[in-house]
Amino acid sequence: MTDTIEQVAVAVTVNGKRVKRFVDPRTLLIHFLREEMNLTGSHIGCETSHCGACTVEMDGLSVKSCTVFAVQANDTEVNTVEGMANADGTLHALQEGFRQMHGLQCGFCTPGMLMRAKVLLAENPDPSEDEIRFGIAGNLCRCTGYQNIVKAIQYAADKLNGRAQKEAAE
Amino acid sequence: MNDMTPAQREARLEGVGCKRKRVEDVRFTQGKGNYVDDIKMPDMLHGDFVRSQYGHAKIKSIDTSRAKALPGVIAVLTAEDLKPLGLHWMPTLAGDVQAVLADGRVSFQNQEIAFVIATDRYITDDAIQLVDVEYEELPVVVDPFKAMLPDAPVLRPDLEGKMTGAHGPRKHHNHIFEWVIGDKEATDVAFSKADVTIKELISYHRTHPSPLETCQCLASFDKIKGELTVYGTFQAPHVIRTVASLLSKIPEHKIHVIAPDIGGGFGNKVGAYAGYICSIVASIVTGLPVKWVEDRMENLSTTSFARDYHMTTEIAATKDGKVTGLRVHVLADHGAFDSCADPSKWPAGFMNIVTGSYDFPVAHLSVDGVYTNKAPGGVAYRCSFRVTEAAYCIERGMDILAQKLGMDPADLRMKNFIRREQFPYQSALGWEYDSGDYHVAMQKAMDAIGYKALRAEQKAKQEAFKRGETREIMGLGVSFFTEIVGAGPSKNCDILGIAMFDSAEIRIHPTGSIIARMGSKSQGQGHETTWAQIIATELGIPSDDIMIEEGNTDTAPYGLGTYGSRSTPVAGAAIAMAARKIKNKAQMIAAHLLEVSEYDLEWDIDGFRVKGNPSRAKTMKEIAWAAYNSPPPGLEPGLEAVNYYDPPNMTYPFGAYFCVMDIDVDTGVAKTRRFYALDDCGTRINPMIIEGQVHGGLTEAFAIAMGQEIKYDEMGNVVGASFMDFFIPTAVETPKWETDFTVTPSPHHPIGAKGVGESPNVGGVPAFSNAVNDAFQFLGSTHIQMPHDAWRIWETGQKLGA
Repeated sequence: MTDTIEQVAVAVTVNGKRVKRFVDPRTLLIHFLREEMNLTGSHIGCETSHCGACTVEMDGLSVKSCTVFAVQANDTEVNTVEGMANADGTLHALQEGFRQMHGLQCGFCTPGMLMRAKVLLAENPDPSEDEIRFGIAGNLCRCTGYQNIVKAIQYAADKLNGRAQKEAAE
Repeated sequence: MNDMTPAQREARLEGVGCKRKRVEDVRFTQGKGNYVDDIKMPDMLHGDFVRSQYGHAKIKSIDTSRAKALPGVIAVLTAEDLKPLGLHWMPTLAGDVQAVLADGRVSFQNQEIAFVIATDRYITDDAIQLVDVEYEELPVVVDPFKAMLPDAPVLRPDLEGKMTGAHGPRKHHNHIFEWVIGDKEATDVAFSKADVTIKELISYHRTHPSPLETCQCLASFDKIKGELTVYGTFQAPHVIRTVASLLSKIPEHKIHVIAPDIGGGFGNKVGAYAGYICSIVASIVTGLPVKWVEDRMENLSTTSFARDYHMTTEIAATKDGKVTGLRVHVLADHGAFDSCADPSKWPAGFMNIVTGSYDFPVAHLSVDGVYTNKAPGGVAYRCSFRVTEAAYCIERGMDILAQKLGMDPADLRMKNFIRREQFPYQSALGWEYDSGDYHVAMQKAMDAIGYKALRAEQKAKQEAFKRGETREIMGLGVSFFTEIVGAGPSKNCDILGIAMFDSAEIRIHPTGSIIARMGSKSQGQGHETTWAQIIATELGIPSDDIMIEEGNTDTAPYGLGTYGSRSTPVAGAAIAMAARKIKNKAQMIAAHLLEVSEYDLEWDIDGFRVKGNPSRAKTMKEIAWAAYNSPPPGLEPGLEAVNYYDPPNMTYPFGAYFCVMDIDVDTGVAKTRRFYALDDCGTRINPMIIEGQVHGGLTEAFAIAMGQEIKYDEMGNVVGASFMDFFIPTAVETPKWETDFTVTPSPHHPIGAKGVGESPNVGGVPAFSNAVNDAFQFLGSTHIQMPHDAWRIWETGQKLGA
C-alpha cells in the first residue's frame, strides 16, 4: 500500500483464525480479505453496498465488506464462505441446499448470498417465504430470478430444524 | 439392460433429459470459483482510466505530470502513447473504428481518456484525480431523431464527407447505415388494399446487461519468450486471441487467452473494450503483468448498452383479423461508435425476424443506424442480435391491431400463427424456420392459466372501476414469440470475418474416463454439467466420468464462444458429432474384439452387443482399453475425435407467455399476480437448468419492462449508472414464475435441441408490457412506452383521467 500514509495494525479473527496485518487505514474489508488473506470467495460487484456479493459475517451480523474499512473489523470475528463447510469437510446445509435446489448459476453472488442466508437463519431459524425474500433483499442475483435461492434456504432451514427436506429443484 | 425404459437408461448415465445436479456448484458454494479478479501474479500492476466528464468536447490538453509524480505510479498512457503502435483506434465488431483512448475529442460521457498504471489499485484511483484534462465543450446530441436533423452537429469528424460506410451509403453526417429488406412494392400494395391498418412508434429503451461481475482482464507479456498471456471475462476467448494477434502483431500461437470462471455475461462480455487493449499495451510497455478491473459505474456507463431501437410499426389486415402485410422502420441509436455485436452481414442483427410467429405474406423492414453522444455497444443482451427488439415490436403491434379490430389478442394470434404443416417455413423477410407447433403451445398455455376466466374477471373489474367501486385495474399480457438462435452457419454468420462455427474435442482415456474440450464458454449456463450429459447419452459413459474444459485457447479447439443462445445449437451439436465419430471407431474395435462383422453389432446403453446374442457384448470402457492396448491390426490406436460444426441453419425455439397484473392507478404500483411461461426449446438436455434459466431470463425481462433504463440528460450526462438508480430487482419485487413446456425438436440439430437461455427475456418483455398496456386499453390508451415504472404508470392513469 501507499508509503505516504501511515500503516495501522488490524487484528481480526477470520474463519476462526486470528490474523494481524499492517494496512493502509483506508483499506476496505473486502480488499483485506481478498488481497491480504487470499480469501477470494467474497466478491466485489458494485462497491456501493447494493449488490451484496461481498457480504460476510462480522460478529454475527451481515456486513457488506465493500463499504466497511478493515480497521472497523479490528477485534471482531469475521466469517467468510471459505469457513462455511463443517469441520469434517461436509457441506453446510445451505451449501447443500443451493446445489440441490439449483440456487446458483454463474456463482458470483453465491458466497455473499450464502453468508447472508446463514445470518438470516441464525436470526430467524424458521422463516416464511416472504421473510426469506425480504431477508435476502440486500443481495442481488442476475441469473436465477431468486425462486430457487428461496427454495435452497427453505431446504437448509428444514434440514437444520431436523425436518425432511423438500424435493430437489425441477 | 433390455428391460430398462429409455428414462431409466438415461438416469443410469445421467444423460440427456436428467435433472443432473451441477458439478460447478461444488466449487462455487465453497468460495473456490476462480474469477479474473481472483488471479494474482508476482509484481502485478493495476490499471484504471481517467474518463471524460463531458458528453461531447474537444480535449485541449492532457497534463499527466502530477499523476506521474505520485509514488507508486509507473506510467500514464494517452492516445499519443498508443499512436506509434497504431492502437489509439481499434476496429469494432460492426465495421467501424473506435478510439481506444480519446484522440483529441470525447464523444460520450465517461469515455476513456488516459490509462493510469500503478503498483496498487488505491494509488491508481489517487492518480486519476491528478490527471489534468482541459476541455472545450461541444454541442451534445442524445436524441437519435435530432441526430438526423440537417443542422445537427457533426458527431464523427473523422467520417465527415465519407458518404459510404461499412454497410453502404450514408445519408447524413450522423448516419451510419441503412439496411433494407423485404418486398417494398408488394407490401405497399398490401397496405393500399387492407381493410384495417395500424401505425405506432414503439420504442425499446436503452438498457444494460449488468452482470454482477464487471468486465476485467489481466495481461502479462513475457519479453524473453515473446508470449502474451491474457486472463479475461471473455465470452469468446478464441476471437479475442485472433483479434489480439491481428492488432498487436504477436503471432497467434504466442498468445494464450484464458477465460476462467465468469460471473455472468448476458452479452456484455462479447466485445473488445479499451480496458483489454490498454492492459495488454501496458504489460508490453512495463514488462509486468497489468490487471484492469472495471467498477460498476464504468460498466453501466461505458461497456455495451443494449436496445435503443425506435420502431415505427405498421400492420395491414383484413377486417376479420388476417394479417396481410408488415412494414417496420427502425431508427437505431448506436451511440458514438458503431460497435454493435452483430454478425458482419447483419448491420441490424436478426431484426428481420420481426414477422414473429405469424404468417405474413409480405413484409418490408428498413433500419437507419445513427450516431449520438452516448456510449457505444449495442450488444445482444440475453437475446440473439436484436431478436428481442423484433419480438417486442411485433407483439405490441399484434395487440394494437387486436384492439383496433375489437378482437381478443390471443384469438388474433391463433388466427395468424404459422401452421405446423408449413414448417420448414420461409418467412417474408428471408428466414427459414426449422420447426414449430404454435397452436398446441398457445392452447396449452391458455388452458393452464385459465384464460377465459381471467378475461371475464377483467371485464367485471373494468365495469366496477367505471362505477367507481375500485381503483384497481387488471392487465392480461399475452406474448407469443419465435426466437432465432444458433448463430451460426458460416455462409451468413461471421464476426470480423471469422466464421461462426463451433467445436468440440472428446478424448476417451484408456480407463474409460473422458475429457472434452469446447469452443464454447459458460458464464453460468452450466456447460460442465450439460455437455457431459450429451456425451453420456452418445457414448454410454456416466456423466460423472466426464470432465468438460472450456476457456483456454491453448487446449480448446477453435470456437466462437457463448452468446446469442448459440451454445446448444452449435457447440452442443459439435459434441454429439464428435461423439458419433468416436462411436464409429468403437464399433470397429468391438467387432474385432467379438470377432464379428460391424454390421452384426447393435448399440445398447453403454456398449455394443451382437445382434441376436446379447450376452456377447463389449462395453465402451472395455473398448477404450482395447483402443489403446490392442487395437485391430491396421487401425490407429487411441479413441478421440474433434468436430467443427457448421450448422446448416439456425434454430427457432418458441414460447407462449402470459402475465396477469393488478395495477393501482392512484399509486402506479403494478403487482404481477401470475406469470406463466411455456417454452419449446426442442430436446431438453437438463430440465433443472432450463427452468433455472427461464427464471433468470424472466427476472431480467421484468426489470427491463418495469423500470430498468440507461437515461441521458440533454447535456449528455448518463443518469442512473449505479445500482442505486439502475433498477435490478431484488427477491422482494421479483414475481414468482410458473414454467411449462412442449417439445418440438429441431429437425437439423443432431440431438434436436434448440437453445433456451434467452427465450424468457425475448418473450418476457412483451408479456409484461402487453399486460400494462392491456390494463389501460379500456380507458382509451393505445400504446404506452416502456419502462413501466410506478411513476409512468401513475402518469398514464392521470393522462387518461382514470
